[in-house]
Amino acid sequence: MTGANGVGKTSLLRMVCGLAPIETGRILWNETPIQSQRDAFYQDLFYLGHANALQESMTVMENLRFRCALAGTALDSDAALAALGMFGLKGRQHQLVKHLSQGLKRRVALSRLALSPARLWVLDEPFVAMDDAGVRLLADLVATHLGRDGLAVLTSHQQVDIGSIAPQLLELGK
Amino acid sequence: MSTRTLGLGGVLLAVLRREVALAMRQKGEVLTPLVFFVVIASLFPLGIGPESALLLRMAPGVLWVSALLAAMLSLQRLFATDYTDGSLEQMVLSSTPLSLLVAAKALSHFLLSGLPLVLMAPVLGLQFGLDSRSLGILMLSLLLGTPTLSLIGAIGAALTLGVRGAGVLLSLLTLPLYIPVLIFGAGAVEADAAGLGANGHLSLLAALLVLSTFFAPLATATALRISLE
Repeated sequence: MTGANGVGKTSLLRMVCGLAPIETGRILWNETPIQSQRDAFYQDLFYLGHANALQESMTVMENLRFRCALAGTALDSDAALAALGMFGLKGRQHQLVKHLSQGLKRRVALSRLALSPARLWVLDEPFVAMDDAGVRLLADLVATHLGRDGLAVLTSHQQVDIGSIAPQLLELGK
Repeated sequence: MSTRTLGLGGVLLAVLRREVALAMRQKGEVLTPLVFFVVIASLFPLGIGPESALLLRMAPGVLWVSALLAAMLSLQRLFATDYTDGSLEQMVLSSTPLSLLVAAKALSHFLLSGLPLVLMAPVLGLQFGLDSRSLGILMLSLLLGTPTLSLIGAIGAALTLGVRGAGVLLSLLTLPLYIPVLIFGAGAVEADAAGLGANGHLSLLAALLVLSTFFAPLATATALRISLE
């Protein structure tokens, strides 16, 4: 999903997640409105907004553990270490989040993706604050997810190749 | 990828553990309300003078009002950091019902701010010359009353999220709702001292606790959803 600043990309994503109210129309998941099956829909959803949803005074690992718990799963330490390693955060699992740079915080938030069994990924500007290698890594992760019959809705200002899959482009404001 | 699922209890335990771990890292936030409680309650004997009959008569009310204000002090922070860092959105988007997550947060608020007050109260009660029987009733009434304060306060904290001057607004919203708890809490000690027995007051406090345990998390969850829109 692309579009100029302020055109409503984030609002639309928040509506898709059921965080913002919808004035007209419906949002369906498995042919049922999301409002009437909240718990089931949220089981299938992974949302990453502008904020990283990381508690500053907890360590990287504690943050991941809590986020997994919210999703109803126990954190598998080995899988978590592998995910962190993939995002170049090897050896940083016991650092407090407040000691990480902006880009690294984003990487911690994104490493959750590799641990999430959710089928629908809703990502708001996931490529922001990422270096080239990070962008490549994330694109590959999304491609793998799509290859496993997953779905991903994301906003971006830059054109990123996501594997061999041609994305459906929605340009807001046109 | 194999994932082990956590039961409902596991999720709520994770919320509790996170809150307690955070509090242990920011000890000031736990200690400030407690010190506030001690200071406020100690100012009264200093201001009123050493007339023991008057102090004794005032003790339950003074201690209860101090506890109420101390509990208010930490309420504002209940959802504030989760709101700014985006964790609150994730709680709303959890497949665990939000009202249960909220109940776990309220329980953690009680454990970290209410329970220390309950344990500190007898020390302050001695300053006022309360006897051991009255101290016991005071602790029991606080033990039944402070969880209700946390539960009702959570509604106020959720409603005032992201509002400027939230602190004052929060007090204006929740203090009137605290009145029944205050009346029955302080009343329990007085009734017992007057020989009427504290059972009635304590039962009403317990009833308030049961009612707020059921309704407050639902109301808080709704308020949080509105605040996030």
